[in-house]
Amino acid sequence: MAEAIVFYGLAALILGFAVLVISTRNTVHSALYLVVNFLLVAMLYVMLGAEFLAAIQVLVYAGGIVVLYLFVVMLVNLKRPPETHQDPRRQTRLGLALASALLAELAAIIVYSATGESAPAATAAAAAGADIAGGNVEQIGMLLYTNYLIPFEVASMLLLVAMIGAIVLAKREL
Amino acid sequence: MVDAIVIPLLKIVILLNAVLVAVSYLVLLERKVIAFVQSRLGPMRVGPHGILQPIADAVKLMTKEDITPARADRWVFTAAPIMVMVPALIVFAVIPFGPEVELFGRSVPLYITDINIGLLYIVSVASLGVYGIILGGWASNSKYPLLSSLRASAQLISYEVAVTMTLVSMILMAGTLSMVGIVESQRDASLWFIFAQPVAFAIFFIGGLAETNRAPFDMPEAEQELTGGFHTEYSGMRFALFFLAEYANMIVISSVATTLFLGGYLRPFPGVEGLAFLDLIPAWSWFVLKTFVFLYVFLWIRATLPRYRYDQLMRLGWKVLIPIAIGNVVVTGVAKVLL
Amino acid sequence: MPAGFSAADFYNILPELVLTGGALLVLIVDVLTARQQRGLLAWVTLGVLVATLLALLPFSDVNTVASRGLLAIDGFAFFFKLVFLLTALVTVLMSSSYIEVEGLRAGEYYFLILCATLGMMFMASGIDLITIFIGLETMAVAFYILAGFLKPNRRSNEAAVKYFLLGAFSLGLLLYGMSILYGLSGTTNVRELATVLASQERNALLIVGLVMVVAGIGFKIAAVPFHMWAPDVYEGAPTPVTAFLSVGSKAASFAMLLRLFMEGLPFLADMWQPMFWVLAVMSMTVGNLAALTQSNIKRMLAYSSIAHAGYLLIGVVANSSRGVTAMMIYLLLYVFMQLGAFAVVVMLRRQDVAGDELKDLSGLYFRYPTAAVAMLFFMLSLGGLPPTAGFMGKFWLFSAAIESGFIWLAVIGVLNSAVSLYYYIRVVVFMWMKEEALGSPIVASPSMAVALTVALAGAVVFGVYPRPLFELAQESAQSIGGVAAAVSALSF
Repeated sequence: MAEAIVFYGLAALILGFAVLVISTRNTVHSALYLVVNFLLVAMLYVMLGAEFLAAIQVLVYAGGIVVLYLFVVMLVNLKRPPETHQDPRRQTRLGLALASALLAELAAIIVYSATGESAPAATAAAAAGADIAGGNVEQIGMLLYTNYLIPFEVASMLLLVAMIGAIVLAKREL
Repeated sequence: MVDAIVIPLLKIVILLNAVLVAVSYLVLLERKVIAFVQSRLGPMRVGPHGILQPIADAVKLMTKEDITPARADRWVFTAAPIMVMVPALIVFAVIPFGPEVELFGRSVPLYITDINIGLLYIVSVASLGVYGIILGGWASNSKYPLLSSLRASAQLISYEVAVTMTLVSMILMAGTLSMVGIVESQRDASLWFIFAQPVAFAIFFIGGLAETNRAPFDMPEAEQELTGGFHTEYSGMRFALFFLAEYANMIVISSVATTLFLGGYLRPFPGVEGLAFLDLIPAWSWFVLKTFVFLYVFLWIRATLPRYRYDQLMRLGWKVLIPIAIGNVVVTGVAKVLL
Repeated sequence: MPAGFSAADFYNILPELVLTGGALLVLIVDVLTARQQRGLLAWVTLGVLVATLLALLPFSDVNTVASRGLLAIDGFAFFFKLVFLLTALVTVLMSSSYIEVEGLRAGEYYFLILCATLGMMFMASGIDLITIFIGLETMAVAFYILAGFLKPNRRSNEAAVKYFLLGAFSLGLLLYGMSILYGLSGTTNVRELATVLASQERNALLIVGLVMVVAGIGFKIAAVPFHMWAPDVYEGAPTPVTAFLSVGSKAASFAMLLRLFMEGLPFLADMWQPMFWVLAVMSMTVGNLAALTQSNIKRMLAYSSIAHAGYLLIGVVANSSRGVTAMMIYLLLYVFMQLGAFAVVVMLRRQDVAGDELKDLSGLYFRYPTAAVAMLFFMLSLGGLPPTAGFMGKFWLFSAAIESGFIWLAVIGVLNSAVSLYYYIRVVVFMWMKEEALGSPIVASPSMAVALTVALAGAVVFGVYPRPLFELAQESAQSIGGVAAAVSALSF
């Protein structure tokens, strides 16, 4: 019960900050809300017993990526006030209507399907990790270096591609 | 109940106070050490040999006017010093000052908690400290603080990579991320890891200097260039928070270095039986002693070395330290598999 | 070697290993060679691709699961890897002169091409959502950068940004859908997904996941209404990249689509068939109608490729072995026709001519008759006129639809092909009946000539004698999960 309360509290906060991220005019504030959002998600991971993931979430997203966001924001958009959207092609109302329709639909589906029980799936997923002994870090390490070795290694190529791409696009004189 | 809540709370209160007192006296120590190096006396007026100077400083800072510059981003301006201070303090939660001891008939560990991702926790929490710096400079709505905060955060991010890489090789050595586990593995190996990983230690120490914005890497606070640094526009207690956070971070780096490389609360030569009489000295005092050695070196370096230039700093970080750190991880890994 | 891994696991991904090593080799060669000798890089890249192709050949008859169930090394994967490598080869052949004219950095360019190919190969053989996604991401990131490779060109910048934003968004949708599938089944393995989900009661959440996945893939194959990015990106990206994107990325996305839906979700066919039916009809119609009014060849080919995504989706809707076979055949033929058409456009790019407007083709027949004839053939083939390869491809697709009972779909497809002929023929009209365009003479570099020859040969030979292709595709299609049973009923 207590767990449920904490979960729903966290989830509500996460969603609230997510909304703030996209609704704030000031880019720096938006980035800050994003940081808070990431920290709250990290707490969710801790609740699920995934401390390693939580630490990595904080380290990589909050401590690394958003800092770079802030960097770019400060270097690029120093003095200009936040632009108001005046593009006549922006179909705000239509977009809003479609988005709310989708939201309603999703909500309806979730409410409808919440009655059906899908517990076996969750237990199956839990069982997948349980056969490896040791703490959180060991489990993730074992999975990454055995079962998921191939995607793990391909991800390194992916990062290399991204890195080279960043250099190609950013370097002035080639 | 007592074990679960009262004792940890007590420990947190004691630790926070101890750290804050240590921080304020570290400032005095710095002034004294630099004065000594420069053949001066340093603060002498307040109390015998200036021993009460930190208290006078605190009173001064607290009673000063708290200015928020015009057109500053109030909200962020207020939050920034807090965002620097909090990560610096909560890191102490996982630092083991000593093993479990008997106190009033209870077995009490001399650390707040020992989590199995301890080291990772330190790295990730410490990485949040950069927000206060970057936002403090930005929110001041002032030219020099912004430049300074950009410098500081670029420096922090760059050196964080190298430092984290050395931590990876330390994890390989210890086989665990738990801080207590790392200390105990040094007991098992009868070896302080500084002797097994001198390269990692050197990189960690240099990176530590850079991450705390200390000389010779104190570009963000280069008064001659930036009129003071990212906290130029701050005054009173908010300035004090930035100031304290910097020193708290020095203590963090020193105690992490002690734990990782100097055997934490272990006595010297933990494997030599003949030195067992050293165990009579409480374990935590070994920890404090080693940490203060580090802190002294920090101050010594500040009094001795001239400042780096910014591009030199970046070159050192990216082109020297990071490759060496990666190489060190590879070598450690290979050695670990082969031996 | 990690516990539970054997040498076989590494042998099975030998082509990918060769390609990865080769890509890194290109980077190293790039650093070591002087600026003037960068032409060497094209040769290295070609060598890598050929080596990968050779490494791939032993796997034509293999049907196994490698890397702890993450990769399927089967005929289906073999066929698609063949398609990707062929595409990459022709792209590299047509790139070298273009790179010189535009003054691009060759090393990074070829590296990214190779990495995109690598990603595609993992998409084709991945039978785990994670492998598929990582492969997709590798391909996509490489393409985002390649699209923006003409840095001083604003259109190229726009292309990169648009492709990146919409691509990231669509990947998000796809990932969300995949996470729902995982949440409902507790497995990321596509084949297990099929058995687990089939045994469960049908959950309404499943539909959400399905829709998300369809939308995510829809973006990647540029099916209407997820096609908005395609014309701008195709127009702005460097032309060889556009060619690679329009063929390679599309083929890989279709491979992923087939894996996911035919192997992973066959029991939901009654749900996704109507979705793809709508997508197919809309793509064909909107793509062809929009192509009618384009004056820029790359834009026109972009809309034409949207229409072709529609034709290809017919094979998915058919949901039969014949449909899969037809799709695979069509994709391979599409490689030749589309790459050939783009090769001609690349050739038009000279120091003083951008070469991507329809009027730049004016009088091509009088200036460079071979290229004009080749272009004529590619256009007729894309339009699907009888003696060409394109006709064979469309014939199989439509017959697959009819066989599965989607007669209206076939009718709409045929009508659309008729409409499309208008704008394909218009290109021919420009080449033969208009005044010559100005500009320096058109020359084909040797590698470009080879590229054109390969494309033309493929389009001609398979148009006249499609049997070996058909047999290969049919055999390859067998290995894909749920539809294997129907194969024996096929005859040609």
